[in-house]
Amino acid sequence: MKSLFLLLATMLCLSSSFAKDATPLAADPVLEQRLISISEEMRCLVCQNESLAGSRSDLANDLRREIRTLIQEGKSDDQIRTFMVERYGDFVLYRPPVKPITWLLWIGPFVILLIGIVGLLNYLRRRNQSIPSTTLSQTDNAKIDALLNQDRRDRRND
Amino acid sequence: MKTKFLIPLVIFVVLVGFLAIGLNRDPSEVPSPLINKAAPAFEIPQLEQSNKMFSPASMKGQVWILNVWASWCVACREEHPVLVELAKSQVAPVIGLDYKDKREDALAMLSRQGNPYLLSAFDANGRVGIDYGVYGVPETYVIDQAGIIRFKHIGPITTQVLNQKIYPLISELKKS
Repeated sequence: MKSLFLLLATMLCLSSSFAKDATPLAADPVLEQRLISISEEMRCLVCQNESLAGSRSDLANDLRREIRTLIQEGKSDDQIRTFMVERYGDFVLYRPPVKPITWLLWIGPFVILLIGIVGLLNYLRRRNQSIPSTTLSQTDNAKIDALLNQDRRDRRND
Repeated sequence: MKTKFLIPLVIFVVLVGFLAIGLNRDPSEVPSPLINKAAPAFEIPQLEQSNKMFSPASMKGQVWILNVWASWCVACREEHPVLVELAKSQVAPVIGLDYKDKREDALAMLSRQGNPYLLSAFDANGRVGIDYGVYGVPETYVIDQAGIIRFKHIGPITTQVLNQKIYPLISELKKS
């Protein structure tokens, strides 16, 4: 009797532990989808070239768990983002907010592009001016006429 | 017009300047948004006496140091002698935050390497660590009398960091 009870208890433990492993995904696909869409926009702090969604680091696991709890508490995406920024700074966001300290980051590339365009236009204008517009002299005209006539004569002979 | 040939040189020098600055900075060091903000409140069991709780509120009125450590963290072992030295100097109480650790392992490390902490709080699941923006142990915070975080150091503290940053900051905070 005792052994049967033990066996039953073990089986119960096992089944519950299996179920626990599977819950996060199966329990609520909507929640999981939101978790992915939020964490894909965040940088994992341990392995900086990975997103929070893709990282397997311990901290990323913990943070995903944390975001999951926040979603379950009914927090909005913005509230969750603020939660992360309050702790880890703008650095966690792949899209940093536009503010004075990030102006260079956002506008910098366009400034460089503008400098490039202005430089290119300047160069083209100067190059056009530097080509001398020569007027042909009498002898040059005579030479050209001679060449053209020569060509015409050659064609007639063919 | 004569200085035109200098333009590439100037661009090169600027580029080298940027690279020199960029290469000398540690990209894994992320500035903490918690500086000059109130230290997040928590109440969790202590490491040595698990029936007692620790809360940062109990440190109000004094300048103190919070050191996040774990027995599994190699850099913490490296840092440990410096912390023992810091504790010996008695400039400020050092509180440990044992991060995602096993109680036995943590206690074993303290008995092996000495215990610089007044006490350690036991953050078993790392929840407090998240509130403090911990992403790599060891991390060290200096917290003032009003409970405001004044300084954070990521990575092991060295004697140089102690002498150049932590000691001067603490004596300045104590004056105010």
